Amino acid sequence: MVELTWVIPALPLLGFLLLLAFGRRLGDPLAGWLATATVGGSFAATVVVFLGLRGADGGDAHRYTQTLFTWLPAGGFSVDVGFLVDPLSITMCLFVTGTAALIHLYSIGYMHGDEGFSRFFVYMNLFVFSMLVLVLGDNLLLTFLGWEGVGACSYFLIAFWHTKEANASAGKKAFVTNRIGDWGYLVAILLTFFALGSITYTDIFAGAGGLATTTATAIAVLLVIGAIGKSAQLPLYVWLPDAMAGPTPVSALIHAATMVTAGVYLLTRMNPVIAQASPWVSTTIAVVGAATALFAATVAVAQHDIKRVLAYSTVSQLGYMFLAVGSGAYVAAIFHMVTHAFFKALLFLGSGSVIHGMGGEQDMRRMGGLRALMPVTAATFIVGWLAIAGVPPFSGFWSKDEVLLFAWEKHPLLWAVGLVTALLTAFYMGRLVFLTFFGEPRWRRAGTHPGGEAEQSAAEVADDGGGATSTATAVTAVAAEQEVHPHESPWTMTVPLVVLAGLSLLGGVINLSFLSRLQVLEHWLEPVVEAGEHHLDSSSGVKLGLAVVATVASLVGIGLASVLYLRRSAADRPAEPDILLEGWHYDQAVSAFAGGPGRRFFDATTWFDRHIVDGAVNGVAALIRGLGGVARGLQSGYVRSYALGVAAGAVVLVAVFVLRGVAL
Amino acid sequence: MLVSSGLVSSGLVSFVLGQVGRASSDVPLLTAAVVLPAVGAIATALVSRRRPESARMVATLFSVATGVVTVAVLVAFETGEADFQLVEKYTWIRDLDVAWHLGVDGISLFLVVMTGVLFPIAMFGGAPHHDAKSFYAWLLLLEAGCIGVFLALDLFLFFVMFEIVLVPMYFLISGWGYANRRYAAMKFFLYTMLGSAFMLVGLVATAVLHARGSGGDLTFNVLTIANDQGSIAPMTARWLFLSFAIAFAVKVPLFPVHTWLPDAHTEAPTAGSVILAGVMLKLGTYGFLRYGLFLFPEASAWFAPAMVTLGVIGIIYGAVVATMQRDLKRLVAYSSIAHLGFIALGTFAITTQGLQGSVIQMVNHGLSTGGLFLLVGMIYERRHTREIAQLKGLQASAPIMAGVFTLVMLSSIGLPGLNGFVGEFLILLGSFLTRRWWAVVAATGVILAALYLLWAYQRVFHGEPDEDNAGFAEMSFREGMVMAPLVALIVFLGVYPKPVLDRIEPSVAALVAHVEDGSDFVEPSVAEAGTDAREETFAEAEAAEEGSGGEGGEDGEGGEGG
Repeated sequence: MVELTWVIPALPLLGFLLLLAFGRRLGDPLAGWLATATVGGSFAATVVVFLGLRGADGGDAHRYTQTLFTWLPAGGFSVDVGFLVDPLSITMCLFVTGTAALIHLYSIGYMHGDEGFSRFFVYMNLFVFSMLVLVLGDNLLLTFLGWEGVGACSYFLIAFWHTKEANASAGKKAFVTNRIGDWGYLVAILLTFFALGSITYTDIFAGAGGLATTTATAIAVLLVIGAIGKSAQLPLYVWLPDAMAGPTPVSALIHAATMVTAGVYLLTRMNPVIAQASPWVSTTIAVVGAATALFAATVAVAQHDIKRVLAYSTVSQLGYMFLAVGSGAYVAAIFHMVTHAFFKALLFLGSGSVIHGMGGEQDMRRMGGLRALMPVTAATFIVGWLAIAGVPPFSGFWSKDEVLLFAWEKHPLLWAVGLVTALLTAFYMGRLVFLTFFGEPRWRRAGTHPGGEAEQSAAEVADDGGGATSTATAVTAVAAEQEVHPHESPWTMTVPLVVLAGLSLLGGVINLSFLSRLQVLEHWLEPVVEAGEHHLDSSSGVKLGLAVVATVASLVGIGLASVLYLRRSAADRPAEPDILLEGWHYDQAVSAFAGGPGRRFFDATTWFDRHIVDGAVNGVAALIRGLGGVARGLQSGYVRSYALGVAAGAVVLVAVFVLRGVAL
Repeated sequence: MLVSSGLVSSGLVSFVLGQVGRASSDVPLLTAAVVLPAVGAIATALVSRRRPESARMVATLFSVATGVVTVAVLVAFETGEADFQLVEKYTWIRDLDVAWHLGVDGISLFLVVMTGVLFPIAMFGGAPHHDAKSFYAWLLLLEAGCIGVFLALDLFLFFVMFEIVLVPMYFLISGWGYANRRYAAMKFFLYTMLGSAFMLVGLVATAVLHARGSGGDLTFNVLTIANDQGSIAPMTARWLFLSFAIAFAVKVPLFPVHTWLPDAHTEAPTAGSVILAGVMLKLGTYGFLRYGLFLFPEASAWFAPAMVTLGVIGIIYGAVVATMQRDLKRLVAYSSIAHLGFIALGTFAITTQGLQGSVIQMVNHGLSTGGLFLLVGMIYERRHTREIAQLKGLQASAPIMAGVFTLVMLSSIGLPGLNGFVGEFLILLGSFLTRRWWAVVAATGVILAALYLLWAYQRVFHGEPDEDNAGFAEMSFREGMVMAPLVALIVFLGVYPKPVLDRIEPSVAALVAHVEDGSDFVEPSVAEAGTDAREETFAEAEAAEEGSGGEGGEDGEGGEGG
């Protein structure tokens, strides 16, 4: 059954090609149904392959390579288009195709009536194809193809509503920032080939143990640079919050559940090399992850835009996964990646449902009390909230607990940072839920006082974001005069919410840590990560204690949020310092540098080209022309001046001969 | 007149197609590829000036026929052969041993095919607004010259062809160009002529010194001279290399002799820009391969550090300057400098991968930059401006054109799955083996390329169209037909470049071996590089006195096998 592997990416590719050719003719909603069907089929194929792989016995049974054709043959270098099916890649495929199918279904409802309806699904199918190539590729270069492909699709979809400048800027920002990381990935490929003579994963696994420490360290560091770009870690995270300019299903699929986890996948895939590298590499990964997790959580506390809260939350949770990888907890990283895909996709889709129901409103200060009007959205959203907050027995509790346990063994300080982040996560998500679904309805105020106040609040929103981000917020604000009638979304949107809510609730069962027999994911992934996986040596008492502390932290966070936001007016902004609202001014600093010294350097180089390099050329030309002008004077055409010249020449010649004769 | 020329050229097409089916060795395919466009130029010139449509038809038929001949060359080409194939040799000047000597190998093959494909596309895509007859005649003469350069195996013949191309291009720019065309044409002509002057001296000196050194007769045969390396003293050969290198560096162009390019590209008519970027710049990079590495291997290896440095400077510098351009066409022109820097880097890395990358990148650049110039031309036709600031929101009214532009742009950025990546990656891979740090710096070019192209795209295609741009017309069917072959090739070469790479590889490997024979340069073998790394590990392991070291080493050898 594993022979069907090629079908997994082929179906979305087929969907992409069909929609490219006939999408406009199919239109709304048929194009969406076609796209959903291909991704659903891909999910079915994944399940079949998964069952085939599970059923296989023997030493190397859980690894299957399918080669389609040779892509780049060049001398001693050769790369195939081939797929590697092993526990890691098939686990990734399962949740990628699964969530993607649900999000496609949701998009049929969400994108209904948009003039770019079929174009949206063209990009979405291309994205799923690229993501599957990324995950299934059997060598670094094919993964890179998928890596760049998802980046391009992300660019298309962020800038999907391209007539708005802010969306276009956000798309460009995402692509260019990602490319900085891609540089690291690219050089890592070159170095791997140089060191091992192959970039196929099976060869890398076999050869990694023989790598010199310096070489392995260099490769690992370069890969980490690539992963930092893709997975939006410090210092390259700046593109992800802006990426929320895209339609909400895009945020759910690409910028939460799948693409941004590619960096974590890459590091997990290459764990034998990281294991061979100097220990400071994994420490760096853990520190970057912990710092990002805490940083982004603090920023999420103060955001007004519902999607920006979730965006910073995604950055923060990706930091958790980095922390796990750096602590040698590869299984926990993948575990958290899966549960995060469930609950974050759920939260984004839920926020999309809210935005849809509110007629495009994204500012939480103009929401409130929506639980009565949107019961399904509210109920599922609360499930997602409890999952991300880490309340037992929701899925997030199990995976977060694993990460924190490994962090504890790496260094208690890392654990402490993770714990504070967990508390903050529970707090800001609580704030989001209370502001959106509980309390007084605040959207009516815009209706009762048309004009002045609404305009003022729009201006406020514009001021809040600051710098480059302000426009993004302003354009999403609803026109002041528009009457808002919040309503529940159609079934195509609520069904995915319910399914994801179920998964967010129960997703933890794939790896229940209290019984070794129930750690299914860990046993399943073991052969892939055995080189790099850290083995726990804490006693069960310590484990239990840490779990209790983490649970208490979550509950404290939720409690704080309810105290601050459940009863009080949102306008008070009880815990939202401006510096957090503006993300510690980091984004502005980067923009200021790029627009200031960076731009001046580019301008200076251009000036140098125009005035020095080309100026020299024109200078030489002018010099020659000048000399030519002088010489032209001689060609006067007057016989008398030529005669004079001839006479003068004769005199000179005679003089020379005479002088010579005298000398002789 | 129209009917008869039409008959002649359609007859030629069927003749050529018929011949390919039979034993292709008896047909002088290469001579046909050079002569056919030249004949076409004369035929076009003979058409009455009052019938521009007839001139267009005649020219089109001849260029298509030439394209068919080049494809026939591709079909007749034996994959896996390193040597020159389909060789033709007819004595021209007996006393000097100058010959009409043509041959094709894996290095020139795809350049010839690309030339054959790109000319008809440029003709369709860049129709002139006046004096069609002369325009097409010049273009066909240009095509003959370009194909002649790629196929020549005789120094004298090569020089003649290399110089012939200047004349039509000069007239194309000065006759059909934009506002500042005379300045640009003159600059282009003088700049390249100056380079050629050095080459002429070097070329004659090479033949004479070879004759003297080898004790044989004077010959201009490239193969004879190249395979007789002992005849010219190494120090002399370095000077000779330099004289050729100046001409090629101007043509490529390499930093700092590049400033003719933005002016010439920007002021040339669309067809001229396409050919200039797509084909004529490759005369320089091809020259480096055939009359640099092949003719002067020792000198090439000696100058390699300087050449790769100039290439890397070009990559970064071209991209930085491109970013700040206000004119869309000028921006594309500067992007060429960056792309050609990659080709120079791959060439002088002197590894199989680097050279393969360079050769295929020459083709890729022709397709993607040619495509970009065609698209910029289409925008100009509608808006009569190329100022980025004047354009806005074109995607709103022309989504298909925006889509095609995006694809070609991503190819130029080097997105995997499209053709540009194949060349860039192989160049980086190959240069990493011999010039590691240069490759690491060159790889930053991937960031900059995304920066300048996406920024330009955003300003031109994104946003709310203003009054001037609201009525921007969508791509017409004819324009779509012009772009379709380019788009198809961009995708095909990105997904399945194997047929192309397989044909390039033997010749390129032979060239590397030739350089190794002629100099003390040694291409590092990848497996050995890996072994070094592993040996280092053994040393480390022994130092640490750990038992696991041996195991790791065995694993490492397993990795080498794959």
